[in-house]
Amino acid sequence: MKRILPPVILVLLALLPLLGLSSYWMHIFILVIMWAVIGMAWNLLGGYCGQVSFGHAAFFGVGAYTAGILYNKAGLSGWWGLPLSIVAVTASALVIGFICLRLRGPFFALGTLAMGVILRVTTENLRSLTEGDLGIMIRERTWTEKTWYFYIILSIAASTYFVVRKVIESKLGYYFVAIREDQDAAESLGINTTFYKNIALCLSAVITGIAGAFYTNYMGYIDPKVVFALHDISIVTIMVVMVGGVATFWGPAVGAVIMVLLAELIRSIPKLGAAHHTLFGILLIVIIIFLPNGIVGDLPKLRKIFRLGRTS
Amino acid sequence: MTSSQIEVLLQTLISGLLLGGLYALIGIGMTLIMGVMKIINLAHGELMMVGMYVAFVLFSSFHVDPYLSVFVAVPVLFILGVLLQKFLINPVLKVEAIIPENQVILTVGIGMVLANVATIIFTSDYKSTPVEYATKAWYLSDIWKETPIELSLSMPWSVSFLLAIIITVLLWFFLTKTDMGKSIRATAQDKDAALLMGVNVERLRVFTFGLGSALVGAAGCLLLPIYYLYPDLGGQFTLIAFVITILGGLGSTVGAIIGGIILGIFESLTSTYVGMGWAPVGRFVIFVAALIFFPGGIVAILKRKRFGK
Repeated sequence: MKRILPPVILVLLALLPLLGLSSYWMHIFILVIMWAVIGMAWNLLGGYCGQVSFGHAAFFGVGAYTAGILYNKAGLSGWWGLPLSIVAVTASALVIGFICLRLRGPFFALGTLAMGVILRVTTENLRSLTEGDLGIMIRERTWTEKTWYFYIILSIAASTYFVVRKVIESKLGYYFVAIREDQDAAESLGINTTFYKNIALCLSAVITGIAGAFYTNYMGYIDPKVVFALHDISIVTIMVVMVGGVATFWGPAVGAVIMVLLAELIRSIPKLGAAHHTLFGILLIVIIIFLPNGIVGDLPKLRKIFRLGRTS
Repeated sequence: MTSSQIEVLLQTLISGLLLGGLYALIGIGMTLIMGVMKIINLAHGELMMVGMYVAFVLFSSFHVDPYLSVFVAVPVLFILGVLLQKFLINPVLKVEAIIPENQVILTVGIGMVLANVATIIFTSDYKSTPVEYATKAWYLSDIWKETPIELSLSMPWSVSFLLAIIITVLLWFFLTKTDMGKSIRATAQDKDAALLMGVNVERLRVFTFGLGSALVGAAGCLLLPIYYLYPDLGGQFTLIAFVITILGGLGSTVGAIIGGIILGIFESLTSTYVGMGWAPVGRFVIFVAALIFFPGGIVAILKRKRFGK
């Protein structure tokens, strides 16, 4: 059952556009899958390797701006950003890793947070390259229909799932978990912790960057405040994983569904729309206190609660 | 250098120093919390924002001077901090989870709620308190008639700076002379030993979080006459406080003061000589340099000097 579940879900999702959904619902599905990709990427670093990053917007933004600048300055199609962002993001991940990976625990978290802000401010100020606050607009959309965007992000998601699964089930995955559980013990067992932390960071960053490059092509407009956003990218990424389940394969996907639907739901209620950060914050607080391992991670706990409710 | 260049440089250094004094006060609150509880409070800037709104409301409805509202904002923020620690952070510290950084993420959640609630109540408009002394300044030429260079000292800036120093000195007395202060420092040094010596660590944590919040609330009141106010301003000050703690050395009050002043001067220099928009980058250049070249912060350097290593 467990083995056939991923292909079954993939096939079901691939058949989805045939239902003739409205373009609004296609948009929601694309966003959900994009967030699932970012969540899986974060989970690789934060969930398995234990390096909680508060700055994934940095990688998302570098990916997005790679695509944007290629289009705007080099006159190439924005889609070249997908492969080329790998280079740009790896480079920035190595620099950020060099600076931040010497920090541990909460200090790493804050170091990465600062990196996200540095990149945002730099992007805002490097007007000649990035157009600053004006942002970059992709003037001609590749497709007016959303179907192809859906298939592209779906294939990115499928490959991400495959890569994450392969990495975590290999020796590398065990190294990551060993580093998360006790870095000094891992070091004493001969694991080159700096090297493996860098690998986890680069992998995670590259996947996030590809999602960012996709975002540029899909949305057609980026500006520093959107793609380097602290709350709306970095923190939402963490929430996707925290809500879904830290260090689980399906957690980020579940979290992405919940977070995107919740965000849309809140936004659609006029009075509540302004309070969406409050509700997100409260959700985050509740999840951390009552389900610290997320919905997927604390499934047994949830089942118990529901069973108790039924018998009484 | 011509005299006008010297003038600009000195003026920049002065404003940097004044800014640094306020930064130091913001940083001390964070470093206290970090030292005693080993937790990072990412809602620190948002707490300052709350303090600023307390002062703003007092000013706009009762015409209370922002400096006087320190006496209201400090207790309000203290109580808010105590409640947050008691009902949200303490329970999380006890929960077993895969990621140990849960409490950091929790404070992010708290910060988000505070900022958003402020937006709902006060809208996201920029606010300021138009006090009559806002534009007043002291000039060097008033005291020294034939001065070769002209320097000015903004009145609200210097008053805020002086008050920040007074609050810091009071805090220093509290930490070194009172029993409570001594227990705080003992807990920061070694929690278990403090526990064995009969310090009520649990209560102390709650108190320290309240104290840290109160300090940053006071900083908010001092900042209000010279700055503008909007609900999302917290995040930026959380980062400033964090950079100061890293620069100064984790959990060190002296380090936070020196770190704050260095940061203030450096930021002021970047905005004069590189450009206004780059000041935040200057801040983080310092941060990165501190991490790479002196990871222990200023305190580690001072200690090394003292032990003659």
